[in-house]
Amino acid sequence: MSPRITQKIAFSLLFLVSLVVFIPVLFIIGILVSKGAAALTWEFIFSMPKDGMRGGGILPAIVGTLLIVLCSISIALPVGILAAVYLNEYAKDNLLTRIIQLSIVNLAGVPSIIYGLFGLAFFVIMLNLGVSVIAGALTLAIMELPSIITTTRNSLNNVPASFREVSLSLGVSRWQTIRRVVLPNALPGIMTGAILSIARIAGETAPILFTAAAFYVPHLPHSLSEQVMALPYHLYVISTQIPNMPEKITYGTALILVLLVLILSFTVIILRIFFRKRYKW
Amino acid sequence: MKKIFTFIKDFLIERIIFLCGILAIIFVFLIFLFLLNQGISFFGAYSLWDFLGGKFWYPASDPPQFGILSLVIGSLFVTIQAALISIPLGVMTALFIAEIAPPVIKDILKSVVELLAAIPSVVIGFIGMITLVPLVRKLFNIPTGLSSFSGALMLAFMAMPTIVSISEDAIRSVPWSYKEGAIALGATRWQTMYRIILPASLPGIMGAVMLGMGRVIGETMAVMMITGNAAHIPSSVFDPVRTMTATIAAEMGETVKGSTHYHSLFAIGLVLFIITFIINFIADTFMRKTRR
Repeated sequence: MSPRITQKIAFSLLFLVSLVVFIPVLFIIGILVSKGAAALTWEFIFSMPKDGMRGGGILPAIVGTLLIVLCSISIALPVGILAAVYLNEYAKDNLLTRIIQLSIVNLAGVPSIIYGLFGLAFFVIMLNLGVSVIAGALTLAIMELPSIITTTRNSLNNVPASFREVSLSLGVSRWQTIRRVVLPNALPGIMTGAILSIARIAGETAPILFTAAAFYVPHLPHSLSEQVMALPYHLYVISTQIPNMPEKITYGTALILVLLVLILSFTVIILRIFFRKRYKW
Repeated sequence: MKKIFTFIKDFLIERIIFLCGILAIIFVFLIFLFLLNQGISFFGAYSLWDFLGGKFWYPASDPPQFGILSLVIGSLFVTIQAALISIPLGVMTALFIAEIAPPVIKDILKSVVELLAAIPSVVIGFIGMITLVPLVRKLFNIPTGLSSFSGALMLAFMAMPTIVSISEDAIRSVPWSYKEGAIALGATRWQTMYRIILPASLPGIMGAVMLGMGRVIGETMAVMMITGNAAHIPSSVFDPVRTMTATIAAEMGETVKGSTHYHSLFAIGLVLFIITFIINFIADTFMRKTRR
């Protein structure tokens, strides 16, 4: 067989294989939209569940998820940014730095259910926070640290060294330089990284299973020390634990969860395009 | 005076920054410590060898049996099947995206891969439960579609974003001069890809594969919803299996805090943590090789 024909066959094969990845994703989105769109009413989004969750809306689950996610990002973001500042601006190339990097890689690879176990043993039981929004948020905060550190570090690294040199040569201290010059210029990258981690943890179920999520709470949360319903756990509950669940509600819940995640991801894409035009050096 | 104040403030803030910097180490250490601490209390009540080598996981029977062999085999069985499916498909897709696809198709494929990475695993599990599971049951004419094979299909799909995007990076980072050399010698594009680019990017691809497998073995929700959760050693790919992750997730809610059963789930977590630690370490070693 001539090499040209072999190449044609190989390229076509690779193309077909790529479709194997491509088509199921469209299928999943398609099935969610076609079967879940009917459930997307104001009533479904803004009312309480009824009839053992077989009717009514999913407001407490939406509020619960938003609450957990916002709490966790407001804990993880400052800590993650400072950690990235340390690694990019202060750390020397030594054994400690190597160990920190290895820890970050490992933290990123720890299975989500292990975070759940750790959150249960540490936050819920040892620190006595109970199964609550704050325990779940802290657990998720540790989980999103690696991605926040990595993206922040990349955007700090992209700020040209000359910016720092100019500031330092004017007699400004190191921390002041970082705060007034480096961080503001790295802000777009930090922001997109933060939103991406929000999108990722909004759909996490295993870490909140034993730390924050409740099977059913018939009212909106009053404080951060209460357990709450959460969208991903709610989807798990109604699709596996409750018989005779109306199809509309399970698909509707899944669609809202996916929409929440996708809207956040699209915001990132738009922000990236916007900032790429503004920041050029 | 103001200068001294600034000096002290900077000093304090730099201490805080250092503390945040080493926080990752502290947390990895803490996670390990807590799993160990809780797991160790289990081995006071149950022998380590019966735990690792026992075939039966009957935490509720009398006397209870806590053998995790069937759970470890369940996890590995699903992971290996998922690897066999996702490695060739993922690497081929990465090759297509990095080397062949025209810019527009490349952008579309990359966004679809990112989209897939963004879909929560509980949603993928839900869709798999209502579409894939009945399909597998009908197609292979088996009593239940809740099997290790369905789980592996789903997991292979979920590992795609990791394998594709990291392999693609590895393939793209092969120096231009390699390709130019091969093309100049009269090799076709395919021969260049197959003989030059693929071998050159192999360490990066291995890293991608290991990271993908790390994700697969740690995946919880989709696995729990699809694999059938029967704790026995499977005799065929169409048998239901139960993984370590699913066992922890399904049983932790029902145990009494501080009981032997409770501690046994932490012991499973410890085993899982050690397995993923090793996988990630190998992945990191491969990735480091590429960067050089």
